[in-house]
Amino acid sequence: MKELEILIVGKHPDIMKTILRLINNKPGWKGSGVFTMDETLTLSKTTAFHVVLLGAGLSESESGQIKAHFTVPVVQHYGGGSGLLYAEIYEAVGS
Amino acid sequence: MAQTIFHPAASRGKADLGWLKSNHTFSFGNYYNPERMGFGALRVLNDDTVEGGEGFGEHPHDNMEIISIPLKGGLKHHDSMENVAVIIDGDIQVMSAGTGIFHEEHNEDEQADVQFLQIWVYPNVLNVEPRYDQLTLNKNDRHNKLQQILSPDPNDAGVWIYQNAWFNLGNFDKGFTIDYSLKAKGNGVYVFVIDGTVEINGQVLNTRDGFGIWETDNFAINILAGAELLLMEVPMTF
Repeated sequence: MKELEILIVGKHPDIMKTILRLINNKPGWKGSGVFTMDETLTLSKTTAFHVVLLGAGLSESESGQIKAHFTVPVVQHYGGGSGLLYAEIYEAVGS
Repeated sequence: MAQTIFHPAASRGKADLGWLKSNHTFSFGNYYNPERMGFGALRVLNDDTVEGGEGFGEHPHDNMEIISIPLKGGLKHHDSMENVAVIIDGDIQVMSAGTGIFHEEHNEDEQADVQFLQIWVYPNVLNVEPRYDQLTLNKNDRHNKLQQILSPDPNDAGVWIYQNAWFNLGNFDKGFTIDYSLKAKGNGVYVFVIDGTVEINGQVLNTRDGFGIWETDNFAINILAGAELLLMEVPMTF
């Protein structure tokens, strides 16, 4: 089965670490984390993401650019280990 | 005409990790129900019981208003802003996670369980500086009346959050009627019965049932048996 490719964009390195650990521990899910718009745009050229998670610290303009760039669902994640991560991803991908 | 939704206690999602027993009114952790993704800006209502000496290890949050209301026992909090505190029955704790905060919570007692409600509300502003606050409430101020425990205004009663929300607690005797007028247009109220039996709009609610009501300016709660209630008024769109 094809892996669910998840891109996480955020500015908080420790939260990013936690989110990536949680996602990559889930069978069938693969997380990639980036901190800047440039990284986001570069990575989106080589990987077909199914969902994009927005983390803390992104400006409205950055969030807007990310939402405009992707055609897949772009949602907030509210921190790792938060209890919401899985539900928000299921909700975004409709499963 | 008022819109309503009824969530019987038994319909909540359940988690049993041994040390933690939780009932999730809305999708949380491994409980995912697309019909239960929240009530307006109210995203999480967890009814948690943590065994003596146990607790939640360090974990992060961001951009969420997190409110804890202990019902029994004491919960020790420690966060990345170096706040260390114990909250007990009668206290309310609030955290604005904003740009990101790590925290841990443990049952202060090695033997007895702690019970508390964990409530998360979407904020109306993102990326604020994280903040922590707690308040000891006078429980005598909620006998047969609503005691405001949370609002959007730092100068109003109770704690405050970054959202146009108002929370109230109350302990009511049988036969009492509460007339609740909503504070803001476009808001709804989620009533959680901590204990007892009440009736709203013809719906009877028992202990740990939840009931949401919106598209109305006011509504009445009839107390059928002595009841302890938590009313959460939140924006329905945000």
